[in-house]
Amino acid sequence: MREFWIIFKQAFTSKAKSKSFIITTALMIAGIFLLSNISKIIDTVQNVTGAGDSQEVLQVVDESGIIVDRLQAQLEAGEYDISVKAATESEAVLDDKVSSGEIESFLALSVDEHGTIHANYTTMSMIDFSIPRRIQEALQSIQTELKAEELSLTGAQVQTLFTPIQFEQKNVSRSAKSEEELGQARVLVYVLMFVIYFAVILYSSMIAMDVANEKSSRVMEILISSVSPVKHMFAKVLGIGSLGILQIIIYGVAGFIALKTSSTGVPGEFSDFLSIQDVSISTLVYAAVFFLLGYFLYATLAALLGSLVSRTEDVQQMIMPMSLLIVAAFLIAMTGLGNPEVGYVTYSSYFPFFAPLVMFLRVGMLDLPMWEPLLSIAIMLLTIFILGWFGARVYRGGVLMYGPSRSLKDIKKAIQLGKE
Amino acid sequence: MSLQLENVTKRFGVFTAVDHLNLTVDKGSMYGFLGANGAGKTTTFRMILGLLNANEGNITWNDKTISYATSPEIGYLPEERGLYPKMKVEDQLIFLGELRGMKKADAKKSIDYWLERFEVSQNKNKKVEELSKGNQQKIQVIAALMHDPKLLILDEPFSGLDPVNVEMLKKAITDFRNNGATILFSSHRMDHVEELCEKLSIIHHGKQIVSGSLRDVKRSFDRQNVRIRSDYDLTELGSVPGVLSVAHSIEGAVFQIEDEKVANDLLSAALEAGPLRHFEIEEPSLQDIFIAKVGKEYA
Repeated sequence: MREFWIIFKQAFTSKAKSKSFIITTALMIAGIFLLSNISKIIDTVQNVTGAGDSQEVLQVVDESGIIVDRLQAQLEAGEYDISVKAATESEAVLDDKVSSGEIESFLALSVDEHGTIHANYTTMSMIDFSIPRRIQEALQSIQTELKAEELSLTGAQVQTLFTPIQFEQKNVSRSAKSEEELGQARVLVYVLMFVIYFAVILYSSMIAMDVANEKSSRVMEILISSVSPVKHMFAKVLGIGSLGILQIIIYGVAGFIALKTSSTGVPGEFSDFLSIQDVSISTLVYAAVFFLLGYFLYATLAALLGSLVSRTEDVQQMIMPMSLLIVAAFLIAMTGLGNPEVGYVTYSSYFPFFAPLVMFLRVGMLDLPMWEPLLSIAIMLLTIFILGWFGARVYRGGVLMYGPSRSLKDIKKAIQLGKE
Repeated sequence: MSLQLENVTKRFGVFTAVDHLNLTVDKGSMYGFLGANGAGKTTTFRMILGLLNANEGNITWNDKTISYATSPEIGYLPEERGLYPKMKVEDQLIFLGELRGMKKADAKKSIDYWLERFEVSQNKNKKVEELSKGNQQKIQVIAALMHDPKLLILDEPFSGLDPVNVEMLKKAITDFRNNGATILFSSHRMDHVEELCEKLSIIHHGKQIVSGSLRDVKRSFDRQNVRIRSDYDLTELGSVPGVLSVAHSIEGAVFQIEDEKVANDLLSAALEAGPLRHFEIEEPSLQDIFIAKVGKEYA
């Protein structure tokens, strides 16, 4: 056990003391503070440059002459940041002006003999959706008013015509959460999924790299002459795992402090979730559990693969299949974010290599019966155990194997050598 | 206190890397392990260290099987550099020392002693990759010696060192032997083995083709050299029965002969040609034995 801790300590401290680790961590913390204060920064920049507070003034050619004032009133009543004014020029002139880019857009209005409003919005911009929609809404209510006047209806009568029905949605599915809960859960799950994904991919490739490094520098031969390869492998996996946990805790604390200290909130849902009070504790616990399991699953696999190559240049190629598995898990989980009850998401949440992300998604988004995550956790634990056992056998031989080994076929050779 | 290998055989699939190897290294002695590249030396060392298991035979150290429990007693110098290139010399040696069961404080003391002794103290806080090849080798040697092992396995310890450093290392190793350590080392350099080892083995394609004490090995090697210096023509002597080869020089000639009897025939034949200035029966060098047994292509 003594050797185990020596290797553990070495794997942990040599990385933690390395310049690259300190620099990345510092950069990430700086990034977190920057992001959490981004709205403040943008505000400051805008105040300095004076950009961003221009108001739209839309020119309106009104043939009937009665609508433009009503439109003005309507737009002011609503919280639109558009104002209109009657155009002094003809439609043809304005058309030219839009084409030449002198003005952005204009509106032409007319009323036909049935009292229907015809509107013509002319613009060069293809991406402008919100202004036409708002104008359309405003004109619609103007038309309603006009018709009501024509029919001599009172305001109250008009109101009754438009009384909305009472519609409430109630989901009796046991696994569903309310819309509000779901919205919150989605953001949390989304963020944590990213964390798990990156952490697993980062630290497991770090392990593969480390093992290959020890092999290529031949220090491995000395190591395994004083400590068994199996001990070495697990000490390494645990050492780098602890490093990863430390790093995530640092980021977590930094993020928490950053949000607490930044006076301007991060917009919308994000700050709601990050205000911590509403964060579901169970989701955080599951995130921790699935991160750890996911890490150990992939780290064991990475150590196994890393032991097969003799040069660090070959590591990326060797761990490619593993990386693809993580990416696949991530894609499934991402698509499942919109609809976590789809069949393939359910099934893949029991597949051990997808489970860390997909089961976490389901557990975070749905009210699952307890046995489902537990079953998935049990499957993962079993897989980790099998991989650990199998990995140790490959590792025993793999670390002694030199030469141009860069394919998975070498696993067989390594086991053979390990047995001997 | 001895290392014993009995009938050790190692096969990788159909390939036999080590074939029925027998050797005994006594306490306080040095054993030379000779062989061409790929002869099975490293495989044998790995079996002794317990990294590989033998298919047949036994390897014991003081009548016990070698396991991780005995690792603090063993010092191993691998043939190739086995150090972390990016780690500082001292950190690295402390780590390796701790793995061999040393306490940190003892490791530090021992490191200072050895760095001083090998005249590389100035490199204590440098990264290994910044050192010259010879200095890296010294660090590697320190890693093998620092925990005062009782059994030393040295794979090509002298490679990459200049003559001054070779002497320094030889002295360190003989000190270990004189303190009672059991030492097994491999080398391509026959002169080192001849100088240091009481006993030796030559292996070729996994087979032990020569083994025993240095004296016995030389005695049992029938071919000897006869060196004759004479002012008279010695070319006729090449045709004496039993002469294997002749190398003429200005002063005379060196004859390689089958056995000692031929030396007498040579002497009388040489005296017929004229008076001699010098006549000597030379012991074969290990180099000669190695070349004769293993083949010229490897020498």
